[in-house]
Amino acid sequence: MPDSTDHDGHAEPSGHGAAGAHEPPKMVEASLDSPQFQVAAANPERVERGIAVMFVLGVVGFAGFGAAFWQNWSNVWLGVTLAVGFFGLGIGMVAWGKYLMPRGPFSESRHTNEPTDEEREVFLQDLSSRGKIALGRRSYLLKILSVAGGIFGIVAIFPLLRSLGPLPGSLFYNTSWKKGSYLVSPEGRYVHIDDLDKGGVLTVFPENDVGGPLSQTILIRPETSGYVVTAPGRETWGPEGYLAFSKVCTHAGCPVALYQKALDELLCPCHQSIFEVGPGRPATPVFGPAPRPLPQLPLYVDSKGYLRAQNRYDEPVGPGFWERGNL
Amino acid sequence: MIDGLYKWIDNRLNISGGTRKLVNKIFPDHWSFMLGEIALYSFVILLATGVFLTLYFEPSQQQVVYHGSYLPLVGQKMSEAFQSTINLSFAVRCGLLMRQMHHWAANIFVGSIVVHMCRVFFTGGFRRPRELNWIIGVNLMIFAIFNGFLGYSLPDDLVSGTGIRISFSILESLPGGSYIATWLFGGQFPGTLLIDRFFIIHVLILPAAIAGLLAAHLGLLVKQKHTAFAGNGATEKNVVGAPMWPTFLAKTNGFLFLVAGVTALLAATVQINPIWQYGPYVPYKVSYAVQPDWYMGWLDGALRIMPSWEIVLPGHMIPNVFFPGILLPGITFTVLMFWPIIEARFRHDTLEHHILEEPRNNPWRTALGASVLAFYFVLFGASADDVLANYLSVSLNTVLVAFRYLVVLVPVIVYPVTYKICLELQHQPRASKTKRHNIVLRSADGGYSTVESAARPGDALPSFPPLPLDNLIIVGDGAGDGTNGADGAASNGSDTKRGIFRIPRSYR
Ligand code: HEM
Ligand code: FES
Repeated sequence: MPDSTDHDGHAEPSGHGAAGAHEPPKMVEASLDSPQFQVAAANPERVERGIAVMFVLGVVGFAGFGAAFWQNWSNVWLGVTLAVGFFGLGIGMVAWGKYLMPRGPFSESRHTNEPTDEEREVFLQDLSSRGKIALGRRSYLLKILSVAGGIFGIVAIFPLLRSLGPLPGSLFYNTSWKKGSYLVSPEGRYVHIDDLDKGGVLTVFPENDVGGPLSQTILIRPETSGYVVTAPGRETWGPEGYLAFSKVCTHAGCPVALYQKALDELLCPCHQSIFEVGPGRPATPVFGPAPRPLPQLPLYVDSKGYLRAQNRYDEPVGPGFWERGNL
Repeated sequence: MIDGLYKWIDNRLNISGGTRKLVNKIFPDHWSFMLGEIALYSFVILLATGVFLTLYFEPSQQQVVYHGSYLPLVGQKMSEAFQSTINLSFAVRCGLLMRQMHHWAANIFVGSIVVHMCRVFFTGGFRRPRELNWIIGVNLMIFAIFNGFLGYSLPDDLVSGTGIRISFSILESLPGGSYIATWLFGGQFPGTLLIDRFFIIHVLILPAAIAGLLAAHLGLLVKQKHTAFAGNGATEKNVVGAPMWPTFLAKTNGFLFLVAGVTALLAATVQINPIWQYGPYVPYKVSYAVQPDWYMGWLDGALRIMPSWEIVLPGHMIPNVFFPGILLPGITFTVLMFWPIIEARFRHDTLEHHILEEPRNNPWRTALGASVLAFYFVLFGASADDVLANYLSVSLNTVLVAFRYLVVLVPVIVYPVTYKICLELQHQPRASKTKRHNIVLRSADGGYSTVESAARPGDALPSFPPLPLDNLIIVGDGAGDGTNGADGAASNGSDTKRGIFRIPRSYR
């Protein structure tokens, strides 16, 4: 028995402790200074002096904090003086309690947390008999009351929930991109066909929503000329070597901010999803948790050489949501 | 004067009659019982520093151009929330200290709750009759984590903004998610209301809920009384320890100051959340050091190692983040919350327990707990997969695949190993017990055996049976203060004079 040694050191508490609970409570006087109550410090004067020193340290620390605050010293001074004050008081008080205060062991008896069967019965009797007489006789009143309560519950939900915000409606399906939208840089500059070199990258927005969290689109230029075809059916979407994809990650919505031109990859820094982009590569996720390709924005170059959107995104951008049908 | 006032109040509230029990309440002593106190006191510090912060923080996403004292940001567009947090850090006297104390206290708060919960779990402290308090405790932890996340989001900086974006996506993945998300944020992400809403939840609603649950938690603790480890005369029918007044009060108040001291020292010397380095939140920008506070790390790790699945049903979709972002914490907290009931069912244990188990004496539960903890540790590690890949100079792919295996393998290995360690430890004397020397004996036929040496003079210090405090009136002994007590103890043997303190061994 591994624990047997515990009990060796202790006389079984006979007459006291657990068994004592049955004795009539007779008050006994006992001296604070008996070793039973007083943790016997071999040198209480020294402990006492130590505690005094700590309390003085506390005073000094708080005074120092006052000075630091008054003189507007640095954060380090403020914090350290405050800490010294707290530590002084803290160590002193803990030591006082630990070494110089009655420590026992004392005991307190513990009773089961269960009521007796009798107690329970009487209590339930009270509840149910009074309930039956007072409420049961006029039970139709109770029924009306509960209907009213129920209706109140439902009505209360309206202002609590519905006032909080709009219904999602088309919020999750549309961005500000429209047929013919100009591509605009974060600074509001219209993007011209000469703006990016091969391997260049730029975040763009429709001209009416610069900075828009949902419209943000990443424009890259894997080639210098000709159409870049990422997938069948998208033959005209990438004019003059330009490609544009939604910048909202299909995983959890972070901006897909990194373009690694050597690998033709877009990388999302949040959870490291990687999307392949370029000829024959329609932003398909090849690594990490992102489940779907980034939607591609079809582009064209207008007569003045500005990049514009042929159309809006043909699917919701960003992460999936429960109500999203598969298109 | 004081006497008169006391009598006046006492005659109206009967304090003397009803409160003696409370004053005499016994607190068992064990270092691990302080973990909950750390949590309580860091909450006190959060309240105090938080109130200071509310005086200067502006919960608004209104965009302004910064013209303050921190030069690198001058001229940048930012929200008023971000600007006011910058001002708190650079312009308000003592503001940075309060901010950093608040943030450090938040980390200590959640940390101590988690460790406290582990203590209760591994010692079986949640068993009947304390299941309800365990459930309250789990809810406290959930609220603490939520409130930490909300607070972290308030400054509206680039790192926390990215975190909010991810949490919006997680909300979207719930059934009815597009409704829930737009209602909570007042529109599509990010909208203009979220900081304001987060603010009122952070400073009022959740702190009030936490305070209420804390009161219930402590109330149940008083009603059901503290558990104790075996030894020192503790039984299922008593509580053994030191009294509330003055011993426990002195120690626990001192402990409040110690927690405050640690928090102040950390806030003074270890920078936390330097938002001026991250910059204001801009939805199309992202910081590369996206690291949430540690208690969100396991969720971040789970998001990272989740395979790229998404379930498409006719007209509906179960998005990828649903599994790590909703299902995982949902299962985690539900199982955790009902664990006492699950375990009691499983073991057909319907009895009341007040004496705690030593973890090694219940190897089954200990191994299970260790295994589950290991699972979350691996998830936490996975939240640093990019950092690890960089550090180890291996491809991110390797690290990711490794974590996908580890998250299954490590828990599977930890279980039997812990189980075995527990069995081994059962043959050792109690760790907390003062040890005597072991004597190793070699028998004639070459076998070895170990026995404990006999008690030596220094070992045989007096040990007292616990006394019921109810029947005692403690009085001073002439000289009145502590000095005489020393003689009392010293008289037990002259070699007790060693060292500054001589605490009878049985008290330690
Ligand atoms: C219940 C536990 C609480 C936790 C875990 C918590 C946690 C946090 C955290 C992590 C921050 C970010 C600090 C930073 O800027 O680095 C924060 C900010 C803040 N908290 Fe709390 N907090 C709690 C309670 C409170 C209370 C009770 C109040 C006010 C009465 C409060 C007021 C604030 C304010 C105004 C801010 C924004 C200012 C700032 O970020 O510096 N907090 N909180
Ligand atoms: S948000 Fe892009 S990988 Fe998670």
